[in-house]
Amino acid sequence: MTEALLAVRGITKAYPGVVANSDVSFDISPASIHALLGENGAGKSTLVKAIYGLVRPDAGTMTLAGRPHAPASPREAREAGVAMVFQHFSLFDALSVAENIALGMENPPPLRDLSARIREVSQDYGLPLDPGRTVGDLSAGERQRVEIVRCLLQNPRLLIMDEPTSVLTPQEVAILFSTLRKLREGGTAILYISHKLEEIRALCEKATILRGGRVVATCDPRERSARQMAEMMVGGALRAPARAEVPVGEVVLAVERLSAPSPRLHGMPLRDVSFAVRAGEVLGIGGVAGNGQDELLLALSGEMRVAPGMVRLKGEDVGALSPSGRRMRGLLCAPEERNGHAAAADMTLTENAFMTARMRKGLTRGGGFVDWRGARAFATRIIETFDVRTPGPEVTARQLSGGNLQKFVIGREILQRPEVLVVNQPTWGGGCRCGGGDPAGAARSGRTGGRRRRRQPGSGRADGDQRPFRCPERGAAVPRPPRGGAERGGDRADAGWSARNGGRPCRLTVPPRPAPACSRSAPAGHGRGAGHDHP
Amino acid sequence: MIILERRPAPSRLWTWATPPLAVLMTMIAGGLLFAALGKDPLTAIRTIFWDPLFGPFAGFTRPQLLIKAAPLILIATGLAFGFRAGIWNIGAEGQYILGALTGAAVGLAFYPAESRLIFPLMVLAGALGGLVWAMIPALLRVRFGTNEILVSLMLVYVASNLLAWAALGPLRNPEGLGFPGSRNLRQWASSANLELIPGTGLHWGAVAALVAVCAAYGLFARHVFGFAVRLAGQSPRAAAFAGISPSHLVIGCMGLSGALAGMAGLFEVTGPAGQISIDFAVGYGFTAIIVAFLGRLHPLGILAAGLLMALTYIGGEMAQLQLGLPAAAIQLFQGMLLFFLLAMDVLTTYRLRLKGRPAPEPSSAAAEGAR
Repeated sequence: MTEALLAVRGITKAYPGVVANSDVSFDISPASIHALLGENGAGKSTLVKAIYGLVRPDAGTMTLAGRPHAPASPREAREAGVAMVFQHFSLFDALSVAENIALGMENPPPLRDLSARIREVSQDYGLPLDPGRTVGDLSAGERQRVEIVRCLLQNPRLLIMDEPTSVLTPQEVAILFSTLRKLREGGTAILYISHKLEEIRALCEKATILRGGRVVATCDPRERSARQMAEMMVGGALRAPARAEVPVGEVVLAVERLSAPSPRLHGMPLRDVSFAVRAGEVLGIGGVAGNGQDELLLALSGEMRVAPGMVRLKGEDVGALSPSGRRMRGLLCAPEERNGHAAAADMTLTENAFMTARMRKGLTRGGGFVDWRGARAFATRIIETFDVRTPGPEVTARQLSGGNLQKFVIGREILQRPEVLVVNQPTWGGGCRCGGGDPAGAARSGRTGGRRRRRQPGSGRADGDQRPFRCPERGAAVPRPPRGGAERGGDRADAGWSARNGGRPCRLTVPPRPAPACSRSAPAGHGRGAGHDHP
Repeated sequence: MIILERRPAPSRLWTWATPPLAVLMTMIAGGLLFAALGKDPLTAIRTIFWDPLFGPFAGFTRPQLLIKAAPLILIATGLAFGFRAGIWNIGAEGQYILGALTGAAVGLAFYPAESRLIFPLMVLAGALGGLVWAMIPALLRVRFGTNEILVSLMLVYVASNLLAWAALGPLRNPEGLGFPGSRNLRQWASSANLELIPGTGLHWGAVAALVAVCAAYGLFARHVFGFAVRLAGQSPRAAAFAGISPSHLVIGCMGLSGALAGMAGLFEVTGPAGQISIDFAVGYGFTAIIVAFLGRLHPLGILAAGLLMALTYIGGEMAQLQLGLPAAAIQLFQGMLLFFLLAMDVLTTYRLRLKGRPAPEPSSAAAEGAR
């Protein structure tokens, strides 16, 4: 066996209230694609941040190519030959590709030389990229290429990729994979973080599995089934969560021919979206990120008002209502971005609980004064019910890990007993235990649901708050990409999506070819949940 | 080499330690300035900070402290709401003038009648005048997306022209032998805003300032409006998600700060100033911006900052009289205060670290996270 490129020995890192990494050791061989697997909150992010110099471990050592590796900053890590492509791009929309790349460099060469280099590198690795184009006009996949090329210009020895495929179409995934293989042939090692076990089986030759901050297994993903790896991730046999037999009721949320411009500069307008959700069912919204999902959430939450008749809740037109008005009527939302949208980073959990629950939980007293004691009690209940790892409700949201904050945000909405709960990308980022996109995550969600059921022997409205996590899906509406063209396989279930379906393989119905007209459709197959077809 | 390193969370300790530190730095730098001007720095500093309170003329200067601090505190408290929410009302000076004008005009309409109701009515009119003046930038922003900084600032100049017009025209004292300026409101019992306890400087404006500080504290800590203001300032998107309308917030914050500034103007014109005159506005509305930030946009901090700022005003005048320091040097001295505060602010979000040494663990900073 060759000597390891990166040897991690005994890395430990604790945050207030939670140990993110505990005595983590593993090796990455040169010229290999190494998977880092784990449930959300297992400590993957902290570990790669330590390797990339964003986090300083409490204990442990790292060795990169025989030399001690203890970067104090990402710059030092880059100098040592470590590059990282984040899940979230740090690009300026208004600047060109070359300008964006120059901005990230210590000593950028003249723009003309840099453009030539960008062209060269992007062609070598099969990532076509025009250095003169404005980033705002690029698709998510192209933006990722900018980030990758930016990394490749440094000739890294180790490239870290954090959930790279969540924003890509299947074709773009194929391109990315061939690029990564080329890189491996060129001698670069790649540390690949993903939830998509099938992708890991196809791409990686070694996998390190984290659970609760510890390394629990190392395996060759090509020799293991996705189920086996999932079981290692959760540490137990998977049992398919039983679907509760919930009678499907009346239509509660009806969206009809919803069209609206995006409030954001480079956003995606909604065009003719129609679907209906009945009480007791789960409707999945599929599609590659950035195709109107965010805008749809804004239109449902009330942050974006829409024309009359487009959004109805239990027959009532709520399109002109404010977020508060919709919340009062039982339409609750959990946006994708936790810090800064679903929660305020520098406010305490108590304040964040009060933020959306003030009306449904009656947390204001006469004259508009805040019942902070009640808010604190509610925050504590969220923390206990949803197993949020935190010292207490007076901690700021910023201090929670992504997954923990997600649990808090989703829990906050669920405990308000919604009539309809809209969730955007619940497993995104660090993710949470109620998700995962693979059987592992789903099993967890089943467990959480079970525990909650015992605690709250509810019926009728009372278990409305659990419905979304344990009801069968009835259909899926799939936003189409704006420029037509992209194909999706029905087998490519998005991570967030399957979790919302209680872990069953999704029956994601996708039209074979998007029609040139901008229509959104719901599948025709499931009569009850399906909306209307607008071919 | 010393490098700056971002703290995991803004330090609570430094948030409150920087204002006193900034005052100290101002004293040092100011002392150097005064020394360069050929004055004894220690005497100058003592004249500014010590003599107004405990010096030989303290009996005369001490009441001035409340008289000068009251409008600053009243205006700054109102501004703090907008500033916390990211709504920048720079035109408090104009709202202060308009409050004085409308309040005085309403009062003078009843002259020479005597009634206990006239003064409260004037206070209401003053608040309303400031509120209406602040509504102009507020509604323009809500309706057309204009920048409230520019509009409110420009309206200050409109207001000072209105003041001159009123002092020379409609509000001019008919018995004033043609001199510009209104009747003396101090000498009319119905409108006089005199000291409630002789020798303290405590007039109705100071009472209103104290009430405003307490009310603002309650609003920030316990009221939905205060919560909405804080949330919108920290995270506008989260505020929108929580159902807080940005337009309502702009109107609420601008209206509140305008009304308080207007009230401050009315208390001033009926009390210390005594009449509407061309030189009625002396910049309280602008100084209040410094006071608001010096007080960390926190009501209690503003109370302390307002008193401190008033002290430098009084002490500055004394230094001009007794030591012959130029007025510009005193203004420079006051400006330094804000300058040093802003510079020291770096320490709340960053910490200094000697290169090569490991950073201390953030656990203590994390424990400070409580509201």
